[in-house]
Amino acid sequence: MRRLLVLGAGTAGTMVVNRLRPRLPRDEWEITIVDQSEVHHYQPGYLFVPFGTYEPEEIVKPRRRLIKDGVRQLTGVIEEVVTDAHLVRLADGTELPYDQLVIATGTHPNPDETPGLAEPEAKQRGVHSFYTLEDAVALRDAMERFDGGRLVVNLIDLPIKCPVAPLEFAFLAEAWLRERGLRERTEVTYVTPLDGAFTKPLAARELGGMFDERGIALQPDFMLERVDLDEQQLVSYDEREVPFDLLVTVPLNMGAAYVARSGLGDELNHVKVDKHTFLADGHDDIFAIGDAANLPTSKAGSVAHFAVDVFVDNVLRHVEGLPMQERFDGHANCFIESGDGKAMLLDFNYETEPLLGSFPLPEIGPLKLLGESEANHLGKLAFRWIYWHLLLPGRPLPLATSMSMVGKRRPPAPSGNGSSTSPRDLQEVSL
Amino acid sequence: MPVATMQGREIHVDEEGFLTDPTEWDEELAKQLATNIGLELTDRHYEVIRFARADAAEQGETPTLRRMQATGGFPTKELFQLFPKKPAKKLSYVAGLQKPVGCV
Ligand SMILES: Cc1cc2nc3c(=O)[nH]c(=O)nc-3n(C[C@H](O)[C@H](O)[C@H](O)COP(=O)(O)OP(=O)(O)OC[C@H]3O[C@@H](n4cnc5c(N)ncnc54)[C@H](O)[C@@H]3O)c2cc1C
Repeated sequence: MRRLLVLGAGTAGTMVVNRLRPRLPRDEWEITIVDQSEVHHYQPGYLFVPFGTYEPEEIVKPRRRLIKDGVRQLTGVIEEVVTDAHLVRLADGTELPYDQLVIATGTHPNPDETPGLAEPEAKQRGVHSFYTLEDAVALRDAMERFDGGRLVVNLIDLPIKCPVAPLEFAFLAEAWLRERGLRERTEVTYVTPLDGAFTKPLAARELGGMFDERGIALQPDFMLERVDLDEQQLVSYDEREVPFDLLVTVPLNMGAAYVARSGLGDELNHVKVDKHTFLADGHDDIFAIGDAANLPTSKAGSVAHFAVDVFVDNVLRHVEGLPMQERFDGHANCFIESGDGKAMLLDFNYETEPLLGSFPLPEIGPLKLLGESEANHLGKLAFRWIYWHLLLPGRPLPLATSMSMVGKRRPPAPSGNGSSTSPRDLQEVSL
Repeated sequence: MPVATMQGREIHVDEEGFLTDPTEWDEELAKQLATNIGLELTDRHYEVIRFARADAAEQGETPTLRRMQATGGFPTKELFQLFPKKPAKKLSYVAGLQKPVGCV
């Protein structure tokens, strides 16, 4: 009997075992999946909890029922991958040998990496987040009490899972403040280490425009050094200060600690992999998929879905000693809630930044790209049903695995002097 | 791909002026690149630049500030003093490396 071992039963791990079980003969392959938790969270739902749109119980399900029969499920904390011995050790001492290992333990917020964020009194001083269910619930309660003042939305550093989530939070919060009659009394500021609202130029421009329309102030290039709880302010490495009454931050995201212990990770404990096949550097029997991998694309459930499409066919060939034929293109597809019942849609990959235009969706019709619409918002809400009923069980979705250029358009490039020898924004910094 | 003429030779750059071929770089050119963005290089700058180039050659990508601190031992605070306001971007520009890929 050969053994396929999957670490982490989140979005990616669950899809992997549910897709592979029917395709790997049961008398040849034993499939085991390990997770520290007995429940599965629909993490995109965290965004909506602070606004009361979802109750916590609507986004949590027992893990056991989400995984197909014929897959052995274990509960335990992963302690180390002993790559030389081809086995995984759990915290309780259990040893799990493998012929093929798949790492899918994701990436998670680490507030203790930033001075001030993990102090016991942080929440009392208005320091909040929504990247765990517990934090999202605490933030909901803090917002219930919020009476105006300075609301600051921040992300500490990239990469984070769902890199658009802090933007969405800012848009939703701005609309929520208007509904509650608090907008006049509240200053909303978005503080980011990036030089604009988003990483990719066109999206950054469109999103920047949406900030202006909503009166949300942007503080770019802000590398946070510490949160000063006494003064209730953010302090950057170059000593800029941003005061807040309510801070909503996204702590540094890091892969699981065992990844570093096992010698498989980068500085943030994300597994170093080939970006087209997910094979871990230097190992023929280890893959990493989903947020756990150091892929240069968004860490998102939609990306994990496209990645698993490529992965399933590849791994079936790989275990037979055949070359892998499929190559992942970094395809990402993200809805961005923009408030007032609308959302926008980004679709991109390693090579192509998010563009304008429309996104063809069979049966449902085209969705608007990089622009706001109500259909996009409904798409975002429908995603929860799709997640539980189609995505996790491994049923087909009406989405192409590789990104397509159909419907996309690029605005004309701004004409400027093409003979620059140094970046314009650096020239402007007079020293 | 645009070509810039610096120090009497042709240098391949991208639209923003970042070098596209790290082998066209040398420490003299760094001085010129630094002047372009209003910096004057000290020995400490060169230490930082040498580490960043060695690391990029090995890893195949420009190191992030976090990596410069974790692996190179250069405190982020100091990098902000050496390359004010936009250390990641300025360091890669002067070191003749690709602009750090804004992780999406
Ligand atoms: C606020 C928020 C909003 C989001 N919105 C969207 C969205 O709109 N669209 C979208 O596509 N994506 C969204 N995402 C991202 C999406 O949830 C993740 O990208 C996706 O869940 C990644 O799947 P994964 O399997 O890689 O990791 P996860 O689903 O996080 O699973 C990792 C699993 O590993 C387990 N684990 C970790 N360490 C250990 C250990 N040491 N031992 C045992 N078990 C361990 C965990 O318990 C967990 O079950 C959002 C995320 C957040 C936080």
